[in-house]
Amino acid sequence: MPAITATYKNQFNRFQSLIALIVLCIVLSILTDKFFTADNGLNVLRQTAVNICIATGMTLIVLTAGIDLSVGSVLALCGAIAAGLLKNGIKIHSADLFIGFTILGVVLAGIFIGAVLGFFNGVVITKFKVPPFVATLAMLTIARGFTMLYTKGQPISNLGTDFAFIGTGWLLGIPVPVWIAAVVVLFAVFITQKTKLGRYIYAIGGNETAAKFSGINITKVKIIVYAMAGALAAIGGIIVTSRLDSAQPDAGASYELNAIAAVVIGGTSLSGGKGTVWGAVMGAIIIGVLNNGLVLLNVSPFWQQVVKGGVILLAVIIDKLGEKKE
Amino acid sequence: MLIAKNITKRFSGVTALDNISLELHPGKVNAIIGENGAGKSTLMKIFSGVHTQYDGEIILNDKAVHFSSAKEAETAGIAIIHQELNLVPYLTITENIFLGSELVNGWGILDKKKMQENTKQLLKRLNLTIHPDTKISSLKVGQQQLVEIAKALHVDAAIIIMDEPTSAISDKEVDNLFSIIAELKSQGKTIAYISHKLNELFRIADRFIVMRDGATVNSGEMKNTTHDELIQMMTGRKVLIQRDETISEKTKELLQLKSICLKNASIRSADILHNISFTLRNGEIIGIYGLMGAGRTELMETIFGLHPKFSSGEIKVNDKPVKLRSAADAIDAGIVLVPEDRKLQGLSIGQSVRPNISITILNQLERWGIILNKKKEMELSKQYIQQLAIKTPSTETIVKNLSGGNQQKIVLAKWLAKKPKVLLLDEPTRGIDVNAKSEIYKLIKQLAVEGMGIIVVSSELPEILAVSDRVLVMCEGELTANIPISEATEASILKYAIHKN
Repeated sequence: MPAITATYKNQFNRFQSLIALIVLCIVLSILTDKFFTADNGLNVLRQTAVNICIATGMTLIVLTAGIDLSVGSVLALCGAIAAGLLKNGIKIHSADLFIGFTILGVVLAGIFIGAVLGFFNGVVITKFKVPPFVATLAMLTIARGFTMLYTKGQPISNLGTDFAFIGTGWLLGIPVPVWIAAVVVLFAVFITQKTKLGRYIYAIGGNETAAKFSGINITKVKIIVYAMAGALAAIGGIIVTSRLDSAQPDAGASYELNAIAAVVIGGTSLSGGKGTVWGAVMGAIIIGVLNNGLVLLNVSPFWQQVVKGGVILLAVIIDKLGEKKE
Repeated sequence: MLIAKNITKRFSGVTALDNISLELHPGKVNAIIGENGAGKSTLMKIFSGVHTQYDGEIILNDKAVHFSSAKEAETAGIAIIHQELNLVPYLTITENIFLGSELVNGWGILDKKKMQENTKQLLKRLNLTIHPDTKISSLKVGQQQLVEIAKALHVDAAIIIMDEPTSAISDKEVDNLFSIIAELKSQGKTIAYISHKLNELFRIADRFIVMRDGATVNSGEMKNTTHDELIQMMTGRKVLIQRDETISEKTKELLQLKSICLKNASIRSADILHNISFTLRNGEIIGIYGLMGAGRTELMETIFGLHPKFSSGEIKVNDKPVKLRSAADAIDAGIVLVPEDRKLQGLSIGQSVRPNISITILNQLERWGIILNKKKEMELSKQYIQQLAIKTPSTETIVKNLSGGNQQKIVLAKWLAKKPKVLLLDEPTRGIDVNAKSEIYKLIKQLAVEGMGIIVVSSELPEILAVSDRVLVMCEGELTANIPISEATEASILKYAIHKN
């Protein structure tokens, strides 16, 4: 059979999830009159923005044949720290010092903490050869524990209307979280498609041994990728905290599963080297639309879970069937 | 008696066994000898039901058989002890011996006592005084080998195939193994014994079967032959590849190695490479020959900076000492490696041709230090596709879909793009067809004429003779000979490659 080209195939993958999304939208538009409205559309996108941010980072990791289970906890910890710094600043009693934070300051601090946690994941995985699943599972617990310690198990609330703009505001008729997600996605697309780092990510996932034999610094690339995913989870945490006007100690629980689902539905292979950020965005939107549609259709929340799981399986099976035909 | 009649086996276009016929006599130790790639292991894998697709006939005790699985061969009484032992390291001796044939009591529960008792008996027959509940991972290699033999005894195999059984064990263990083999022989069992160590064969074997290029060239009684005769039989083929006599100018010393050693990561005492020193000049092609386990690949990997923790010695490029702590360091010093296994080490076969070629030179393709210049990348890929005559529909074709020869050219292209000073080639033509082979030889010559220093590691003697200006021979981690091409013959090279006690 004639060779299938890489670009063509990538487009086909993107196409595949896009078709699924369109079909899903058409079906929901027929079944319910509330679905196909601009308001509802933006609503779905706003709800999906956080998952898009996390799934984007997750895609980078999965492309290197890794996984990050800690994103939900990292999201909670970074959101809590941002909220805490905004509300209380840093007081150093011994020096009689008080440091206050602007909104930009807490956002940057949150993202920085996220990157540090991701960096830590990357170091454990590359330097100590701990499998990503285990390393990030440990981080999931550790970061959740720190969140509880930091918040003392209580929400940090009343963060002010200015901070709430990040999660609830509108800009040029589009919700701010959607803008943020768009910037994140464009950034990641740029990295994966246009830069050396992107090539190295695909090369490592495609064949780590060959990448090593090509002189690529695998340790460095992986650490960068995990740090990025941590930073993106932190962005998600800030959006969530802002939207609720409150940092919840149990925020982000099981978000990692939604992100992995989005990545997988988007056609990215968990064994690495194959997939796109666009795919994950499509996957995240499909999950968002599905959630929204099932609510509009008054489907019980219990059944929603079953349907979501079924969709994940279906997406992967279709993908595998396509591979076999090759 | 086991008879193979006109067996032919091909692997994606490459003929491994070419209409081969041979007999294994019962109550005898049948030595099977031949160079690397002669097809010995392939044939043994057919006997033991690992390879199931082949042409020809196997006759076992006057009945034609065709095994469709290893289990079937085992049931028919054929056991194989592979070079790489097939034991589960974290299970005990008993569990390994009874793996797949566990004894159960009336309730369907494992009968551990009985299995342990049986294992004890087996081990006793082999003079192995170890508790049957010992885990395999805590045994020495020689002991593990005996466990494999115990397994063969357990299934009561009439035919036992041993592939290089003494490659990793001590002299004392060899003596024990030989006395066990002698006992098995006296019980009327058929032993097929593959080994490169000719001296050993004169001790233990009754018959010899010499294989070459996938066919049997000779067989007979061990007592009627000599060491030199066997070597002659192993190599005595007409050289198929024409040597290109273009002489390149060998100027200054390019790569100097001084007492390179490589320690084994797991066993502290045994060295993989011992005190290797030689010099490669500009425009020179050095061929390195050695049998399996001689340390050729490890030497290449060490020069390429892949074993920084366990290697020692001095490497100079253009008279400047270099520290090679990683592949990146070696590449910076101008040394590149086309590895032995292109699919595992050379290529990302799920990706297309273009990124596979450009992976080594992305630095040069960056605009403003960040964005890759795809146009330039495309031009470069096309240039190398043309230059090396890589047969691919486009730059975007997935590498998996190309032939072995073209895949190998892509690995070459990715390194040529880097413009190296020293090109290391480990088995550059393994598993590729004759045409692609001669194209690669031509290319190697051309590169040498342009001034590159090249080292070709190969287990094919004709290849070594066809491309090299000088032949180095390795045996068990040491350099045993340095022969100018004018004096090199297959026999003289092989003589230095074969272990002498």
